[in-house]
Amino acid sequence: MADVTTAQPTRHGVALAKWLPRLEAVVIPLGALIAGLAVFSVFLAVLGKSPVDFYALIYKAGFSSAFSWQNTLSRVSPLLFAGLCVALPARLGLVVIGGEGAIALGGLAAAVAGLAFAWAPSFLGFIAMGVAAMIIGGAWIGAVGWLRIRRGVNETIASLLMAYIAIALMNHWVEGLFRDPASLNKPSTAPLPEHLRIGDMPVGIDVHWGFFFGLLACLLAWILTDRTTTGFAARIAGDNIRAAEVQGLPVGRLVIGFTALGGAAAGLAGFFEVAAIHGSANGSLIVGYGYTGILVAFLARHNPLAIIPVAILLAGFEASSGLVQRRMDLPDATILVMEGIVFVTILLSETLYGRIAIFKPGFWRADA
Amino acid sequence: MTRSTFSRRHFLATTAAMGGVAATGSLIPTRARAANLTVGFIYVGPKDDFGYNQAHAEGAAAVKEMEGVTVVEEENVPETNDVQNTMESMINFDGAGLLFPTSFGYFDPHVLEVAPKYPEVRFEHAAGLWTEGMPTNVGSYFGYIGMGQYLNGIVAGHMTQSKKIGFVAAKPIPQVLLNINSFLLGARAVDPEITCQVIFTGEWSLAVKEAEATNALCDQGCDVITCHVDGPKVVMETAAGRGSYICGYHANQSPLAPEMYLTGAEWNWAGVYPQMVQTMLDGGTIDNFIRGGLADGFIKMSPLGPAVTDAARAQFEETKAEIEKGGFSVIKGPLKDNKGNVIAAEGEEFLETDIALESMDYLVEGVIGSTN
Amino acid sequence: MSTDIGMWGVPLAILGGAIRVSTPFLFVSIGECLTERSGRINLGLEGTLVFGAMSGYAIAFETGSPWAGVLAAALAGAVFGLFHGWICKFKGVNDVAIGIALMLLGMGLAFFFGKPYIQPVAPDLPAIPLGWWSDIPQVQAALQVNALFIIGAALAVAMAWMFRSTKIGLTIRVVGDSTDAARAIGLNPNTVRLLSTAAGGALAGVGGAYLSLYYPGSWNEGVSSGQGLMAVALVIFARWNPIYCFWAALLFGGAGALGPALQSVGVTSGYYLFFAAPYVLTLALLIFTSSPDKAMDGAPGELSLNK
Repeated sequence: MADVTTAQPTRHGVALAKWLPRLEAVVIPLGALIAGLAVFSVFLAVLGKSPVDFYALIYKAGFSSAFSWQNTLSRVSPLLFAGLCVALPARLGLVVIGGEGAIALGGLAAAVAGLAFAWAPSFLGFIAMGVAAMIIGGAWIGAVGWLRIRRGVNETIASLLMAYIAIALMNHWVEGLFRDPASLNKPSTAPLPEHLRIGDMPVGIDVHWGFFFGLLACLLAWILTDRTTTGFAARIAGDNIRAAEVQGLPVGRLVIGFTALGGAAAGLAGFFEVAAIHGSANGSLIVGYGYTGILVAFLARHNPLAIIPVAILLAGFEASSGLVQRRMDLPDATILVMEGIVFVTILLSETLYGRIAIFKPGFWRADA
Repeated sequence: MTRSTFSRRHFLATTAAMGGVAATGSLIPTRARAANLTVGFIYVGPKDDFGYNQAHAEGAAAVKEMEGVTVVEEENVPETNDVQNTMESMINFDGAGLLFPTSFGYFDPHVLEVAPKYPEVRFEHAAGLWTEGMPTNVGSYFGYIGMGQYLNGIVAGHMTQSKKIGFVAAKPIPQVLLNINSFLLGARAVDPEITCQVIFTGEWSLAVKEAEATNALCDQGCDVITCHVDGPKVVMETAAGRGSYICGYHANQSPLAPEMYLTGAEWNWAGVYPQMVQTMLDGGTIDNFIRGGLADGFIKMSPLGPAVTDAARAQFEETKAEIEKGGFSVIKGPLKDNKGNVIAAEGEEFLETDIALESMDYLVEGVIGSTN
Repeated sequence: MSTDIGMWGVPLAILGGAIRVSTPFLFVSIGECLTERSGRINLGLEGTLVFGAMSGYAIAFETGSPWAGVLAAALAGAVFGLFHGWICKFKGVNDVAIGIALMLLGMGLAFFFGKPYIQPVAPDLPAIPLGWWSDIPQVQAALQVNALFIIGAALAVAMAWMFRSTKIGLTIRVVGDSTDAARAIGLNPNTVRLLSTAAGGALAGVGGAYLSLYYPGSWNEGVSSGQGLMAVALVIFARWNPIYCFWAALLFGGAGALGPALQSVGVTSGYYLFFAAPYVLTLALLIFTSSPDKAMDGAPGELSLNK
């Protein structure tokens, strides 16, 4: 009997210790989201606009019907990949902000590979395009990691500079070497053959396969970072590089590997934009997904799984921008303001972790 | 479908005669939307940019005045999946029956992707090249604004002292090249010694680079400057600030520097869009391929500025009248490009309506610059 | 009457471009230099720059005085800086992430309130004609130097002197190098960082006012194209030294003028690559001057960028 009574609270305690932090990780950001929306309501009210109408429109445009879910989910894919490009290096404490470049060159590589493999069956062609995009994107951001390790070049500035260089190269090639002479008003590479265009998933709404593969990439990245020894080693190195080196961890290989993986993810974003949306590579690859990815990753606290809900939330906000412009006579920047406020409150809420009593196992034990 | 030049008369005739049946004979559903039509306008930038988007927004404002029409607008929509969502959102949430996605890059693939899903909605795209086989509920329209740049060039040719004029351009695409060539050929109609320096910025909207390009032109002695970028405000202000005369583009920029502004090639969408909308209201069909020029009211010239000399004014008015008569060609032989290749032999000419001009890939002799 | 200067246009354009284009980089980077020396990083100065551009333009238009616009931009920038500094004092809050969120907020607010000011024409800041000694109009044009450029250069020198020789400078450096050491000698690190971030924000706001009130000299949503973000990165390049920030800004501005200038003298192909010159040049210099042993020479010890 005595054994049982002592064992029970312990098992209870283990469960609490396991689940309370997870509950905390959901409740705090959700609360912060609501608080941020409340602050934005005040902003709207001061301007004489109805917050109720506003949130009703966001719900209507982004989350209410099959079309609105399409409106939201079809925007998610590039955000997932771009978020990974920031989150993976961040596990090693590296701030990489140049994913835009890997998206541009990855997209171009995919388009060129698709044209080179036009003879191949779809399956082979897709693999060639995806691999080409991942290699180019991975090499581009991997080079940032390599420069960091070998030359001590700061990765933040190097990745930003290389993003601008990548965009220049892409524009140069799209309007020169790889330009399809038939692309008149919008210089582009030659259109991909129909069998190398990625279609929509069979889910009744027009959301292409990039969404599925984005989710898969996040899942795989999470397994890598949170369920493998490599991920564990990366976390140690992220906490303290010198300590990791002293322990004999292959810091150099970890840095190059994680930056390259991040770049490969960004390259895939370019691949899906080209194969599923544009059908060729052109200047429309450069619309700032890489920079949005920075925000996504930081909001997700660099947790690959958390990238998913963050990206969907952001996409839903973006999806409602148009309706807000049309119905409430507010400028398109309204959504930017809301995002800014909401993200500040969510980031501010990080200070609450470990400071709210009900999320401490001790709170419940004392009660019991 | 035949490619036809658009004119008021032609429009009314089609509408009256066909009564809702398209010229090809394909039936377009015209169920009672006469009473009420929602028209959606989509812009790639801000709609008060003194440029491309403002020109379209002025057309939208004219449509807004019409009975039984609701106008919805969206600004800053990028040329990605976003514009597809915007079009579908306007259809699904606002019940739009006619859409004007106005940016070049919206056409292929985005308009062509969405249009088949909504056969009862009409998509009218500026600058696209509708061809047989594309969805029949899609149309493309544009104006021969190169003629406007030719007239700009005539005034510039009279006003330049240095015999060098300048052009700030975004990208070397056919419409831009035609504008550059027309500007120079207009000036050369005054004085064949004149050259035109072009600088490409590589982007449709990039303020600092446009300013740097304008300064570089002024440094090389160009004393009349025009441009083809989305928002000409920066080019106009910078050039006028350096003491160069300016010729406008897209919209009327004379309020920015009234003393230095000579004239400008403007879109006149406010004269065109209401007609297209009226055709829809009457249950008629808009042609799939529409082009129009000065005479059709698709484009117009800004009023001549105070600096313009009498000689310039006279030749401007004379040439304008000539163009409005029709049958005028800017690109005509003997003409070489700036690499020495023959573009048009003696006696050969390309009318403004010639579709070949819409795939122009050369700069004519006298233009300093390159297409790649 | 203009003079034909041919190929001389290129070096002249680089000189002129360096002076015209560098000022926003200069203000943002010395502002960020100040902030980072205190141990914080504010990645959001792009948003501050854009908001400064909008508010400066709007106030200049409403009051008719461009200098009132500059002042307003500085105040607005300081408010953004104070906000950043205040939020980052809470434990567990990541300054890099907050910077990114504030970048979004700054741009959002600027675009939101800036709509009515895209069309009006506000008075420009005056320029000082330092090219009076030359008869060549191109030289005169290149040496039209805005007062803000001179103020920025003077501020860079003053800030370098402040860090080296004044008590305030020492205080900022101590706080930036070690929070514990600062506390031990009775300093309040949070207050020092709050004020440093506010001052940095004010400088970034002025950089924005230069964009909208002088060069290119109008307000629209594309006025910045990333100068603020680039300038923050330049601080690392400049090794947290205000004087180096000045040279880095000049280099960047001058290299940016290369592309258009080359086209204007007939070097016409590959312009995208020439436009990338500032980035290639900076990266090359960065690789050349870095080494793995002294990866972070000159970096404040408390900076979260370089743990």
